[in-house]
Amino acid sequence: MFTMNQSDPTTHPQGGATNGGKYAIEASELHVFYGAFRAVKDFELNVERQKITALIGSSGCGKSTVLRSFNRMNELIPSAHIQGTVLFHGKNIYDADVDPVEVRRHVGMVFQKPNPFPKSIYENVSWGARINGFRGDMDALVEGSLRQAALWDDVKDKLQQSGLSLSGGQQQRLCIARAIAIKPDIILMDEPCSALDPIATLKIEDLMRELSKLYTIIIVTHNMQQASRVSDYTAFLNMAEDRAGYLVEYGPTYDLFTNPKNKLTEDYITGRFG
Amino acid sequence: MNNTPATDYPEGEDGGRYVRGRQRSGMIWSFVFFGATMIGIVVLTALLFNVANAAFGFVLMKDKVQAATLAVGGVPLAELPKEALVEILQKKVSKGVVRRLESEKPLAERDRGELYDLVLARVVEPEMVKSWSLLDSLTKRSAIRAEADALPDSRLEFRSWLTLAFITSPQSSNAELAGVRTAILGSLFTILVTILFALPVGVGAAIYLEEYAKDTTLNRLIQTNISNLAGVPSIIYGMLGLAVFVRMLEGITSGRLFGAVTDPTTANGRTIISAGLTLGLLILPLIILNAQEAVRTVPRSLRQASFGIGATRWQTIWHHVLPGAIPGILTGTILAVSRAIGETAPLVVIGASTFIVQDPSGPFSKFTTLPIQIYQWTARPQAEFRNLAAAAILVLLALLITLNATAVILRNRYARSA
Repeated sequence: MFTMNQSDPTTHPQGGATNGGKYAIEASELHVFYGAFRAVKDFELNVERQKITALIGSSGCGKSTVLRSFNRMNELIPSAHIQGTVLFHGKNIYDADVDPVEVRRHVGMVFQKPNPFPKSIYENVSWGARINGFRGDMDALVEGSLRQAALWDDVKDKLQQSGLSLSGGQQQRLCIARAIAIKPDIILMDEPCSALDPIATLKIEDLMRELSKLYTIIIVTHNMQQASRVSDYTAFLNMAEDRAGYLVEYGPTYDLFTNPKNKLTEDYITGRFG
Repeated sequence: MNNTPATDYPEGEDGGRYVRGRQRSGMIWSFVFFGATMIGIVVLTALLFNVANAAFGFVLMKDKVQAATLAVGGVPLAELPKEALVEILQKKVSKGVVRRLESEKPLAERDRGELYDLVLARVVEPEMVKSWSLLDSLTKRSAIRAEADALPDSRLEFRSWLTLAFITSPQSSNAELAGVRTAILGSLFTILVTILFALPVGVGAAIYLEEYAKDTTLNRLIQTNISNLAGVPSIIYGMLGLAVFVRMLEGITSGRLFGAVTDPTTANGRTIISAGLTLGLLILPLIILNAQEAVRTVPRSLRQASFGIGATRWQTIWHHVLPGAIPGILTGTILAVSRAIGETAPLVVIGASTFIVQDPSGPFSKFTTLPIQIYQWTARPQAEFRNLAAAAILVLLALLITLNATAVILRNRYARSA
């Protein structure tokens, strides 16, 4: 369905070279409801390929909700309900004929709290590949993914140890390795550093810069310094009177931070609220 | 501390007293909790003592015929040859009994040990005159000995009613020969059927309710009813089992439809499989509730991680939810099975045999179980059966501990590997 250059699993999907639109994700008129409550209204965003896009905004403004609507993870919340379109390779992922499992296979995710499986490090990386029908050299895939996640040197001698035996920062990099092992086009990161210390945070940020050469990354962050340090584009969300989140401003990170067009954005990035 | 400004809090001397007062009330509560624990331990000890008191102790035995009088030409009974034993049997035992023994297996073809046992049981016929409890045996030894000496031709033995022979012998109306093998096998077979039925069904239902079921009125109604069913008295399940498994599904539970009936007298549905399924129904709500609890303890983040890399719901359940829930499921199953193995009432209702000497041979056999056996023995007038009941209780407790230990080991293994 999301056809791309995937015949050789060792090559990375060079998203830009394949079909379907200029952008990695094109969201338009997106509304997300939790029961009767509208969490996000009329959201629109075109995410650039192989760039890092940051979603910033105060607590409860719907950043994570937006992020999770890009790989249909919101559907795991029973009351969630989505309207609008999210185009991925020119195809609306909310069309009736699209299986969310397939969406998530191509749009990977890293969560706020490191959540490795209670399995060995090796299995943590290989499991996703295995269930998705990977037929290549598993050892090479595991090594390659761990190398890309800058974790290989730390764990190469203890691949059979539990993923939970690692430190928090290592666990988060293991989760990144797990996500890139299934060769997604896009990696969604939901405040990936909020549970980590500053040094581990810095490592993850370096890693993100490295990974953005191959993947499109969308990151939700509370930390404006982080957004300005790592991202290429930034979207600022705000909570409206009815507590629904909406997009205030979107643009290249440098422009948005140095020359915000909207008063709300300026107040937020200068620390006047939020 | 002395220069603190006046506040609304107790300070200085007052403050110290206030803290000490709070600590003291904490101490009092900790003693109360310790007391509660002690009550539990005392009750448990009393229970065990009560059982052991009846299961061990002195017995005064008297032979109907003195073995010494059976000596032939100076050779004591224990050393008599086979032929002499046959002769004694033919002379001293009634003709009808000899005929029955011959028809079971001709006396001439039996070996010497077998014949010697027969002579002891049929001719010497040791009888228990009196038995004493363990406590009496230990504290009133001289009085007991005096009483024994007063009775000629008697002998005093210290006996453990729990012996290997007791465990390996079938039921008998003679307390000297009665054992619990039939009941142990009946209990094990029944529990096996119970587990095979209730565990997969219970875990399946729990997974459906936790992972698949939407939050609808119907599902909430189902959930509430399962919780209520866990509190229904067991005898109600017995009546359900009687109506459904014994009567309605008689063709299946008696094995008639499969042509598996070996003994036509059992072909009335009162079989191991009926009992196992009834107990299965009884513990099903417990297993479902415990398994749901276990499934809920698997963190949401783990499910998200799995879904996030393109796993289907089933792959998530099979690879992450179930392995994470197994320790909890096993704990719940231990509790439920422990309850099932001790159940008596529903089995009485569905018609467990109170006296069978035949081991169960499969799911369509008639059966008895340990609790039924204990119940039946305690109801008998002869004192020695109460000693047997105490010994059977020890067997039941040992069986329970074995089952629980197995489950605990399994649980720990899964908990470690997860």
